Amino acid sequence: MRTVVSVLVSGLSRIGLWGRGVVVAVPYLWLMLFFLVPFLIVFGISFSESIIAQPPYSSLVEWLTDEDAGTSKLQILLNISNYFRLGGDDLYILAYLNSLKIAAVTTLLCLAIGYPMAYAIAKADPARRGPLMMLVILPFWTSFLIRIYAWIGILKGNGVISNLLEWAGITSGPVEILYSDWAVYIGMTYCYLPFMVLPLYSTLEKMDPSLLEAAADLGSRPFRSFLQITLPLSLPGIVAGSLLVFIPAVGEFVTPELLGGPDTLMIGRVLWNEFFANRDWPVASAVAIALLLVLVVPIMIFQHVQGKQAEAGR
Amino acid sequence: MKRFGFLSWALLFGYAFLYVPIALLIVFSFNESRLVTVWSGFSTKWYGELIHNDTLLDAALLSFQVAAVSATLAVLLGTCAGLALTRFGRFRGRTLFGGMITAPLVMPEVITGLSLLLLFVAMEQWVGWPDGRGVTTITIAHTTFTMSYVAVVIQSRLAGMDGSLEEAAMDLGARPAKVFFVITLPLIAPALVAGWLLAFTLSLDDVVVASFVSGPGSTTLPMVIFSSVKFGISPQINALATLMVLVVATGIFVASIVMARQERQRKRDEQMAIQNG
Repeated sequence: MRTVVSVLVSGLSRIGLWGRGVVVAVPYLWLMLFFLVPFLIVFGISFSESIIAQPPYSSLVEWLTDEDAGTSKLQILLNISNYFRLGGDDLYILAYLNSLKIAAVTTLLCLAIGYPMAYAIAKADPARRGPLMMLVILPFWTSFLIRIYAWIGILKGNGVISNLLEWAGITSGPVEILYSDWAVYIGMTYCYLPFMVLPLYSTLEKMDPSLLEAAADLGSRPFRSFLQITLPLSLPGIVAGSLLVFIPAVGEFVTPELLGGPDTLMIGRVLWNEFFANRDWPVASAVAIALLLVLVVPIMIFQHVQGKQAEAGR
Repeated sequence: MKRFGFLSWALLFGYAFLYVPIALLIVFSFNESRLVTVWSGFSTKWYGELIHNDTLLDAALLSFQVAAVSATLAVLLGTCAGLALTRFGRFRGRTLFGGMITAPLVMPEVITGLSLLLLFVAMEQWVGWPDGRGVTTITIAHTTFTMSYVAVVIQSRLAGMDGSLEEAAMDLGARPAKVFFVITLPLIAPALVAGWLLAFTLSLDDVVVASFVSGPGSTTLPMVIFSSVKFGISPQINALATLMVLVVATGIFVASIVMARQERQRKRDEQMAIQNG
């Protein structure tokens, strides 16, 4: 009886530790199963062949039994032609380069609009900062799709901009901005702007204003103080914001599909078409793996920055 | 500082850029003409048509179900993850864990969608579950990518919070579970609400991942909107968008008022405690 009690007591005292284990294990296992394993499967299927079957790809591993000889062997077939196809076809290479270009332009536009905004908010009266930031974040809460949709009505021929230009007498006849790279830039900048302003604001807000006062006392002009003090100090925010915009922008699908023209090639669109239109799952997987390879370095920098910020916040 | 210098103009431009498109969207939802961008008179007929659009209503209902369930799951998982990352110090596999939590924040949606679909197909072959794709698979997919956002929100709240309250409770002999439920949970409650709302909105917003992992008969609202927008703009979508913006704005407004009130209450309590102590 006594042993039972002592086992119970020691068991109970271990619940603390055990509970801790559960708290880590549940999200850990979830992410392993639904985030890590799927990548391994995508990697595997990128080496298989497209066949007409359900599911439409060949199995990599096969267990062959030879009845007569009484032997069996494991056969692993790796088909690397999907990757050769990516490297050999201009379509894919162009799509990759174009995606990087569009993401880079979007990032720069977000920075150009977002930096002054973040700076102005960080300099505003402390009581006003909260509501001003709230106004930046609010559009992010409304549907992404709806915000892209809003721009269709603005950019199309006979749309708001076109009518305004015509009314002002600048143009005669409808102006079509929709279905071009510029429409994609505008739409993506619009959607990703809050992601740029947020990290910029949080680094600028933490900056010590006495540094700028000291520089001014020593005779530095405001512009020079900005270049030599504010800009370098806000670099972590610039990096975090740029990555937060750039990485998802490279793989963007919805915006180029709705606002871009048929020649606005982006890798997310190529992947989508391989999967849904051509039903070629192995090539779609190879495109995904190649996209990940392009993004692996930016993602690692992002995680490094993110980790540093979490450390600093503690 | 100058009253209306470059910075003020930049701020004004930024807000105009953010809000004018939404404002126009709302204005044209009351337009009588089928040509969305040509004003011909005030009308609410598109809202009337919306109510009778069964495809849209069914999809909206499904989306709300998926969003509610996945946001709840995401808050449970994300809170555990945020707690583990801020309060448990170093543990085996922490780096991998941290990486898996932050990566979905920036992962392109097409990759998340494709990889989850291939997982579901492979699982169906190996273990026979999930049987086909539909609401369950969409919910799992949404939980997976929204829990990262929740974890980040919880993490930043926990990191900015004073740990001494928890330590004091521990010193007074409270077990870790009790400390969590009595001290930590009430303190991070605003972050839980914010995380849930964020996960809910993200789920309600997703078209790419859902397109990959949905099956026949499980079409979500964004999927319906996406396919109709591809065929061009229609005043009905404007009306729907206006309603969605209205719901979101009301939700945020109410949530921020409630949270501000709680924060004031907490400050007052602290003040009282200091005065009495």
